[in-house]
Amino acid sequence: MGGRMRDDLILRVIAKLLIPFILLFALYVQFHGDFGPGGGFQAGVILAAAVIFYGLIYGLADARKLVPEPLVESMMAVGVLIYGGVGVAGLLLGGNYLDYFVLDPNPVHGQHRGIFWVEVGVAVTVSGVMLKIFYMFADRGRADDEDAS
Amino acid sequence: MAVTVVVITRNRNLFSVVVLAGLYSFLMATVLVAMDAVDVAMTEASVGAGISTVLFLGALALCKSEEARRVHKPLLPLLASLAVGALLVYGTLGLPEFSDSHAPIHVHVVPRYLHEMKHEVDVPNVVTAVLASYRGYDTLGETTVVFTAGVGVVALLRRRRKDRKP
Repeated sequence: MGGRMRDDLILRVIAKLLIPFILLFALYVQFHGDFGPGGGFQAGVILAAAVIFYGLIYGLADARKLVPEPLVESMMAVGVLIYGGVGVAGLLLGGNYLDYFVLDPNPVHGQHRGIFWVEVGVAVTVSGVMLKIFYMFADRGRADDEDAS
Repeated sequence: MAVTVVVITRNRNLFSVVVLAGLYSFLMATVLVAMDAVDVAMTEASVGAGISTVLFLGALALCKSEEARRVHKPLLPLLASLAVGALLVYGTLGLPEFSDSHAPIHVHVVPRYLHEMKHEVDVPNVVTAVLASYRGYDTLGETTVVFTAGVGVVALLRRRRKDRKP
């Protein structure tokens, strides 16, 4: 994928200009989700989209170098573990599973903390899964091409 | 949107169908914005128009981009989908009026979420509060579903690659 696109100067320059802003927007959506639209799921998708964009323009190998496959695979599991971990932390601090009130002496701040980590977990899992699926599809196409030649 | 759907069904070139499906997603996102569901609109725009278009194009790179001619008349499927559509429309007749403030969903837990949230959670975006705090279990389940989907794709596609390179 993106064999000829790699040589296109316009695409390369525009991608380099746009990707930092896409990443920044993903972070904004992630951390501003409490105040405006957005949250972990949307931020994860936008984060994955930035890397997919990079992979489309610069080639799959470069994207793999940027975000290696083992990292993506562990992201998939780590996100769910963060989410579950917030629940277990609540249990250890004397509340019910996924009770955020106990995470901080002030129950409202505890809620903020709980929501923050839960959203981080969602974002990590979602972006990991999206990237992995993209890697899988793109890689499979290339493997078939090599077989045909 | 209706025009997009008709063009999608008539078109045989799958590349333009994929692009039109992305267009449909964007139109859907605008409809959702008009209905004040900004969070959902954002998801629709990024997943429906962004990621899934890329994945469709990736799938297209693996197969031919022309749709095959159909071998038999699609009369039965057409009838089935029309019947299901009619059933769904019939079902919507029983729903309360749009934006009716006395509808069951607005009098059950919503008042508590809207009024107590300020003291309990204090997060300006109610959607986030409901999603991550009041309905934390549901969101945990959703995250697990996404994770399972990813694992499923990995399991399906990786075995193939191993067969190739023993």
